[in-house]
Amino acid sequence: MRTRAEANRQRWAILGVAVAVLVLSFVLLKSAYYQLVLTQVLLWAVLSLAWNILCGYSGYFSFGHAGFWGLGAYTVALGMMYFDLSPWISIPFCALVGAAAGAIIGYPTFRLRGHYFALAMLAYPLATLYVFQWLGYQELTLPMKREAPLLYMQFEDPRGYVVLALGLLVVALLISLKVENSRFGMSLMAIKQNEPAAEAAGINTWRWKMLALMLSGALAAVAGGLYAVILLVVTPETVFGMLVSAQALILALFGGVGSLWGPVIGAVVLVPLAEGLNAELGDVLPGIQGVVYGVAIIAIILLAPEGVYWRVLDRFSKRAPAATPPAQMPARATNIAPLPRAPVSTGADLLVLRDIGISFGGLRALDGIDLTLPEGGLYGIIGPNGAGKTTLFNVINGFLASDSGAITFAGEAITGLRPNQVCRRGVGRTFQVVRAFPRMSVLENVIVGAFIRAPTDAVARDMALAALDRVGLVDQAEKIAGGLTTRELRLMELARALVPHPRLMLLDETLAGLGHDDLGGILGVIRQLRAEGITVLIIEHTMHAMVQLVDHFTVLDHGRLIATGRPQDVVRDSRVIEAYLGKKWSDRVAVPAK
Amino acid sequence: MPFSEVDFLQALAAGILVGSAYALMCIGLGIIFGSMNVINFAQGDFLMLGMYAAFYLTAGYGVLAFLGPYAGPIAAAFLAGPVVFALGWVLHRFIVSRVTGAGAAQTVGAGAYGQIIVTLGISLILQNGGLILFGSTPVGVRTPLSRQSWEIGDILLNQARVVSFLVAVTLAAGMYLFLSHTRLGKGLRAAADNPQAAIYMGIEVDRAHRLAWSIGVGITAIAGGLVATFQTFQPYVGFDFVIVMYAGVVLGGLGSNFGAFWGGLLIGIVQQMSTLVLPYQLQNTAIFVVFLLIIFLRPQGIFGRLSERA
Repeated sequence: MRTRAEANRQRWAILGVAVAVLVLSFVLLKSAYYQLVLTQVLLWAVLSLAWNILCGYSGYFSFGHAGFWGLGAYTVALGMMYFDLSPWISIPFCALVGAAAGAIIGYPTFRLRGHYFALAMLAYPLATLYVFQWLGYQELTLPMKREAPLLYMQFEDPRGYVVLALGLLVVALLISLKVENSRFGMSLMAIKQNEPAAEAAGINTWRWKMLALMLSGALAAVAGGLYAVILLVVTPETVFGMLVSAQALILALFGGVGSLWGPVIGAVVLVPLAEGLNAELGDVLPGIQGVVYGVAIIAIILLAPEGVYWRVLDRFSKRAPAATPPAQMPARATNIAPLPRAPVSTGADLLVLRDIGISFGGLRALDGIDLTLPEGGLYGIIGPNGAGKTTLFNVINGFLASDSGAITFAGEAITGLRPNQVCRRGVGRTFQVVRAFPRMSVLENVIVGAFIRAPTDAVARDMALAALDRVGLVDQAEKIAGGLTTRELRLMELARALVPHPRLMLLDETLAGLGHDDLGGILGVIRQLRAEGITVLIIEHTMHAMVQLVDHFTVLDHGRLIATGRPQDVVRDSRVIEAYLGKKWSDRVAVPAK
Repeated sequence: MPFSEVDFLQALAAGILVGSAYALMCIGLGIIFGSMNVINFAQGDFLMLGMYAAFYLTAGYGVLAFLGPYAGPIAAAFLAGPVVFALGWVLHRFIVSRVTGAGAAQTVGAGAYGQIIVTLGISLILQNGGLILFGSTPVGVRTPLSRQSWEIGDILLNQARVVSFLVAVTLAAGMYLFLSHTRLGKGLRAAADNPQAAIYMGIEVDRAHRLAWSIGVGITAIAGGLVATFQTFQPYVGFDFVIVMYAGVVLGGLGSNFGAFWGGLLIGIVQQMSTLVLPYQLQNTAIFVVFLLIIFLRPQGIFGRLSERA
């Protein structure tokens, strides 16, 4: 997330670009052809920015943005031909069409991930292409309106289109900037870097992805609508074809994916190059445009896969000086009012599991688990590898839907809720293998966790700093998470889970992989959580640390709950010893115990 | 029913005949996906190259004219394989291997998509390069078989399609034997299951990938040569087949070579049968719909297994 000053600088840069384009168009360029090329640069930049809002930030790649572009173009063309609708009306309407298409496409398609998502997105525009051919819209020519050209966006002077396209580009840039600098963009970036972690931290991943696709579709459709007005002829191949989708992503990747300026840089370099070659050599070498894009994208992936923007940025900033402390550090966390929470340690049942069961294929991973946690305690779950401990956490926080049983949290049924909904109700969790957002700073990682409670992004930032302060990581706040030690990662994850003030914390092997010296700090934080009245449920292997730490043990083996009680009793239970050490040992211990 | 029994059987027969060529091209794509875990966008364009290779070997330069109008086109289809195999080998050596396989780190900007995007680039170059080299006029490999049919009852079987069917099925069976019974073929599959482990076991993953890639595009090119005997084509034709291939491979189960065969066959049948109820132009839309349905309802395909863990 950028600071306000940086965002302002970006706004000035956008203004600068707009002025430069106007100077170029009104002062320098004389021929109508160059004006047309300029218009195309601007429009393709808008399409690529639209693509970038979804794909650059969230990491869900679309090979089908031609779908939105084409729908926009046909909306304008058909509107004008059949309803005598002026583009002044139909182009804004394209935004609705694009957003609706985004919603319809996103609803089923976001169930897919990775390659499957990309392939499905590819199919939409191509399927639509054939439908439009079949409907008989092979070639639509926009009617000329000689009596009222301005009313129908038909300008004598090509600079009119430059101004319109420029206006659209400025809007697209401002929207992108707004997205980047808000929880919208942060949430998308968190989704890109680790979607399950984002979901568990309370991010409604579904909602943000849908919004991103709808926004992206709306922008792309508007650009496509304007494109139809400028070219006057619309065919299914030119607006739904693969080259359109390819261009959207190639421009963004070439310029720098996930950046504000990347798509613009890509369009400025590649569109005139392809257009110019096409104009010069198009007769001899038809298709030279496609070759240019193909060569450009291969070259960029092989030589500078992060894109021109990031490469240049790195070159000039010499890998920016690392870890400058945040500008305004709140003097301790005291200036943040504690958020309203339920009264602490009432002893009422906080989490109740009834008959939880789940199977994977033939494996019964959890079988009839009944568990009740009164509020305010520190509870441990132990059990040998494969006992079902992490599976139990996954069921509680909503990653997995159990086959049977019911979960109640603070008197409310939470069975079947999505992880972000469970998180919203006050369940935080950490993971066996730390799930960080590796390319975000420590502070940003924790900010993502604060969104569910913070009314504004500024508050989220303050809450995150306070949480980092609690775990003693505040001086690392600006470090990139990818460079942290295991201990720091564990603490960061703890901070991310506790920043929204959960009532229940699920800690999955938080102590694993830590040396003796590192243990102390984390154990201290966990004890402090209990002191503040947060109920803690912790999975751990290190029996030694656990016996010191927890009030109450639950033992799982082969998906069944085999013992529960105070630590000193449970470690003497013969079933527990058998589960850990085998029958022989349990027999040996059982005799003297009598 | 809006169609007669004869129509139905006719469409079914056409579907099986055309589907066999689809099945063969799906095997090519399936080998690449199965061994390299790479989505090859350019597969349709290698198919197109196979078609043009066959075209130039027969009609264009007439190299194979001495084989006569019957055997010539079939020989040309077979020869298209090695030609495209060689091109694939070179492309893999200099471009594809740098974003896939053991040595390639994840590309930064595009993440795991680096390899798809490179193949997208190759696709754009082949398509448009093809337009420059071959021109945009549709051509076809002429054989007298294209216009002759055998009659079985009321059903007409186009002879070119029947020959293509026989060749495709034979070749598919050969590929099956190669992949499951030879050391080389098994090596390709080992490299797929776990590249890291395969390296430790002494399999040269990059070489295995190069072989898989080249065989994959070569097989698809042969299928292209066969299709060329009963359909006209131009440099953009690859596109119509990319989705046919992906639908087939996904239907059969990504990574399952022989799933790909049955998947391709089924897609052919779907395509031809769709003409019974849908307008001709919507054939490919029907395939897209089937493709989307498979992805949504059974992404592991008919023969694949879902091994992803939450």
